Amino acid sequence: MRCYRPVDVKVGVLALQGNVSEHIDAFRLALSRMGEDASSKVFEVRHPADLVGCNALAIPGGESTTISRLIEKNHLYEPIRIFSGGIFATCAGMVLMATHVDDTRVHTLGLIDMTVDRNAFGRQRESFEADLLIKGLDGGPFHAIFIRAPVATSVGASVKVLSQMNQGIVAAESGKHMVFSFHPELCGDTRLHERFLKTLRSRQ
Amino acid sequence: MKLEELRFGTELLKRGFASMQKGGVIMDVVTADQATIAEDAGAVAVMSLERVPSDIRKMGGVARMADPEKVIEIIDAVSIPVMGKVRIGHFVEAQVLEILGVDMIDESEVLTPADEQYHIDKKLFKVPFVCGARDLGEALRRINEGAAMIRTKGEAGTGNVVEAVRHMRNIMGDIRMLRGMDKQEMIDFARDIEAPADLVIECAERGRLPVVNFSAGGIATPSDAAMMMQLGADGVFVGSGIFKSSSPERMAKAIVEAVNHFNEPEVIARVSRGLGDAMPGLDVHTLRDDEVLQTRGR
Repeated sequence: MRCYRPVDVKVGVLALQGNVSEHIDAFRLALSRMGEDASSKVFEVRHPADLVGCNALAIPGGESTTISRLIEKNHLYEPIRIFSGGIFATCAGMVLMATHVDDTRVHTLGLIDMTVDRNAFGRQRESFEADLLIKGLDGGPFHAIFIRAPVATSVGASVKVLSQMNQGIVAAESGKHMVFSFHPELCGDTRLHERFLKTLRSRQ
Repeated sequence: MKLEELRFGTELLKRGFASMQKGGVIMDVVTADQATIAEDAGAVAVMSLERVPSDIRKMGGVARMADPEKVIEIIDAVSIPVMGKVRIGHFVEAQVLEILGVDMIDESEVLTPADEQYHIDKKLFKVPFVCGARDLGEALRRINEGAAMIRTKGEAGTGNVVEAVRHMRNIMGDIRMLRGMDKQEMIDFARDIEAPADLVIECAERGRLPVVNFSAGGIATPSDAAMMMQLGADGVFVGSGIFKSSSPERMAKAIVEAVNHFNEPEVIARVSRGLGDAMPGLDVHTLRDDEVLQTRGR
């Protein structure tokens, strides 16, 4: 097993709307499980200046139409587009990362070459929990929480599909970025957060 | 993946849904057009109903669940979640809204209660519920019945934020007080407020309610909304405050921005400029006992 040199990890969590505090808690837990030193930090990003010095950004779940509008209002659209670190995006965050979405009201960031279908499983009563197999993830299936979840219906050649259901792709990786239809921050299992952080470090 | 491996309607899914609404504004709408305006303004969800609370006050009589026709129109008009109100204790209205595909049910004191003794057994439903509360005891009783989200009641349809403030301060103040208690004192306190002891202890440990807590009932301006956020709300419901103002589109956008920047007075000042008239307000002290909505369903 490779031994990692401890590095400063600065994780920003986009704090415009949605389940922000759950993402902060999950990243803190992941860092402590990885034996990270105290210089690593997890904090809220509301303005472009907050992104300075971040190596990672989480885009949480919430309402993609609302978050999209607030990204523009807060002048975060370009700063996120040119952000040099990795992005960990869940649910609404996955919608925002796509190049194409089935709803013109969402101005996506276009950072991952994929087409996304919002609310692909239906309404809240169709929300579900399931144990998913995720490519390259050790330790067995991942307990995934899908809440009015999107899926990717197609992805470009640069995108690695990590998990797929009948409705479409529910987990994917592209460069330093990872996207999920479901909510890894809600289940206490930080394996995906840890994998994301390790990938970032190996690239630093 | 086989369908039988999927689990629906769990507590985690219900509370998770509520959590996605945090930092957002949920707006009352009575038509598909209003729902579209709310969505375009940045609402995280809309509450579909027959009449906004201030009109319910004027009309008098029995206020019930909205016509399913209207609920479906609103569901079809927007892509954000749609909520709907049912009378306290009226589990069949709730069954109907669940079938229609409403994403969350508000068991609401704004409508005329159908049962003066029992609330709906919310754990029997797949769809999550939000319930009103005036204090920690009410909030924890509702959570114990299965509510996945709490909203402080305030006094709906008045455009007067005073009761919303009172109820938020009640809940937050009690939770702050809990933190200085030992376990025995907490159990004693739980008996006092008629709440389950395990939920009282959970509040003490987490320093907050176990579910998302929004503010409602009287929010009429961007400053009202930001104040409720500063007092500890996770988000706000705006009822009559938007579509009874003189410029609903601008008011809706301004309240969304004020909630997003609730700690930045310069933003609140900017979005509040030249908004036109807020909804006409009512002095809650002049309401007759039978006009007060917040005392329904304790």
